[in-house]
Amino acid sequence: MTAIESNDTAFSAARATSAQSGRRSARFWRTGAVAAALWLGSAAVIEFWPEIIPAPYGRELAILSVLIAALLVLVLTTGFLLGKTAIWVRYYGPWFAVAAVGLGIWEMLTAKLAVLPVPFFSSPQGILEVYIDDWARLGESVLHSVLLLAKGYFFGAVVGFTTGVTIGWSRAAGYWVHPILRLIGPLPATAWLPLSFFIFPSSGSASVFLIALATAFPVTILTWSGIASVNRDYYDIARTLGASRWFLIFKVAIPAALPHVFVGLFMGLGTSFAVLVVAEMLGVKAGLGWYLQWAQGWAAYANMYAALIVMALMCSSLITILFRIRDRVLSWQKGLVRW
Amino acid sequence: MVALAPSDFRTPPNLTGVQVNIGAVSHQFELEGAPLPVLDRVSFAVEPGQFVALLGPSGCGKSTLLRLLAGLDHPTSGSLRVDGEEIGDPDPSRILVFQDPTLFPWRTVWENVALGLEAQGIIRTGGDRVDAALRLVGLDGFEKAYPHQLSGGMAQRVALARALVNDPRLLLLDEPLGKLDSLTRLTMQAELVALWQKAGMTAILVTHDVEEALFLTQRVLVFGPRPAQIVADIPVDLPYPRHRGDPRLGELRRVALQHLGLAATW
Ligand SMILES: Nc1ncnc2c1ncn2[C@@H]1O[C@H](COP(=O)(O)OP(=O)(O)OP(=O)(O)O)[C@@H](O)[C@H]1O
Ligand SMILES: [Mg+2]
Repeated sequence: MTAIESNDTAFSAARATSAQSGRRSARFWRTGAVAAALWLGSAAVIEFWPEIIPAPYGRELAILSVLIAALLVLVLTTGFLLGKTAIWVRYYGPWFAVAAVGLGIWEMLTAKLAVLPVPFFSSPQGILEVYIDDWARLGESVLHSVLLLAKGYFFGAVVGFTTGVTIGWSRAAGYWVHPILRLIGPLPATAWLPLSFFIFPSSGSASVFLIALATAFPVTILTWSGIASVNRDYYDIARTLGASRWFLIFKVAIPAALPHVFVGLFMGLGTSFAVLVVAEMLGVKAGLGWYLQWAQGWAAYANMYAALIVMALMCSSLITILFRIRDRVLSWQKGLVRW
Repeated sequence: MVALAPSDFRTPPNLTGVQVNIGAVSHQFELEGAPLPVLDRVSFAVEPGQFVALLGPSGCGKSTLLRLLAGLDHPTSGSLRVDGEEIGDPDPSRILVFQDPTLFPWRTVWENVALGLEAQGIIRTGGDRVDAALRLVGLDGFEKAYPHQLSGGMAQRVALARALVNDPRLLLLDEPLGKLDSLTRLTMQAELVALWQKAGMTAILVTHDVEEALFLTQRVLVFGPRPAQIVADIPVDLPYPRHRGDPRLGELRRVALQHLGLAATW
């Protein structure tokens, strides 16, 4: 279980140490000062170095950089007064510094020196332009994607969990389902694309089916292995205490298997992203996948990069949400495994 | 540890110990294709309310016998009867406390103890029985703790409470005090006796500890090496409360050790 670790781990550890040593807050935060200076530097490069490839919104990008520098200075001067925000900013201080340098170099290679060829590469303000001018369409795409993913993932998770419990519990069900799983499971869900678009009445329902399929396989396998690996003594104890079959399934087998189930849910979420993009590109004509396709078709590479960033944020937010749910449901594991 | 106040643990007066009859029970396992005989025509009877200890070398089949009595396994041949009825499926009137506490890690201490009442569908009315059982084993205040937050001894006491809360008529104890430190162990021994005297159930205790067997029980059955047969049936004819320094206990100890093949150490 240790393989799956929320990215908050290191962060909360840092929070713990910084909370302990009150003296640290009094000390000068050098990384923060450097990062702030670097952001100001980036802003200066963006604002004062003339562009070879003129693009709007250079000014706005410079202002954004100055704002980030201001945030760093604020945290620097107020110590830990800002609470969680301050701790977060301080923990990611080195990242702030590196990001400023990265932005500066990117800006120089594209807008200022045109080393990277247009239109395949976009300048930072080119991407900012997309967000400012095309946010409505992007937002709508995100909404479509999230809705489609939620539907498919939900059905897939429910079906996978139910199947996993059934074949983990019932020998007869296992007899019939194992060979099918072994044969069909490893196929990438996208291989079913032509068939499912043919069978299902709409491309929407076909996409839901494909995402559900991609989710269901890992959830089934891990739920099943979770149920199969439950300590037999748990059943013996419950049976001597008068447990019925129902009790053994729902109060012993399933809770004991839940850590495995969550591994399956994480894996299913990962595979469902891939299927989502493909399904949107080829089928539903909406959502981020479709936006990507469209941007590429028009050689609007800035839009493509912008959409990719949004997609990355969406996926990682969804994974974070799943982590939060796991942390709640499996809170009893805290202190039992490396959290 | 708490003293036993009479109100701490009420048992309905109609519940008393069961009579146990074991007739020519043999059992064998399959180990890598070869049969492994574990019990060899074991026969004995336990009177209602009697407290019996099973003593024997490691691996001789004591735990196996308790599993048969709990109804978790069925013997290769022979009969096990409780109050004249052949033992079938497990039943909450016969509770086995395992060698390992094996608490459910996803349940709090309170929920672990409540397991039996929940399984039988009587938890709604039986909540205070859970509290009483926890008080009895000295773990009130730890209701909300998870098993991994307990010491080995505390976990074993939770396992005991999980059994006792069901008011068993036959209590099967498989080295329940094996994991406890010697101090807690002594206290728990006294409490086991008090508990048994009050509840009046039939109790069968498996232990490695000769002193424990003699101090606690009315009768010690000594098993030989696998496949186990009874080699001695030693009545412990001493009234309760007993005193550990009693010279009669020393004599009985010598007898028991002799039957275990350890006479040379005496
Ligand atoms: N499920 C099983 N399959 C095969 N062999 C088993 C099984 N359970 C127990 N045995 C064997 O049966 C024998 C008796 O086991 P048992 O657990 O009853 O011993 P025990 O008297 O309780 O020993 P100890 O005092 O060490 O706990 C052992 O040799 C063990 O290897
Ligand atoms: Mg044993």
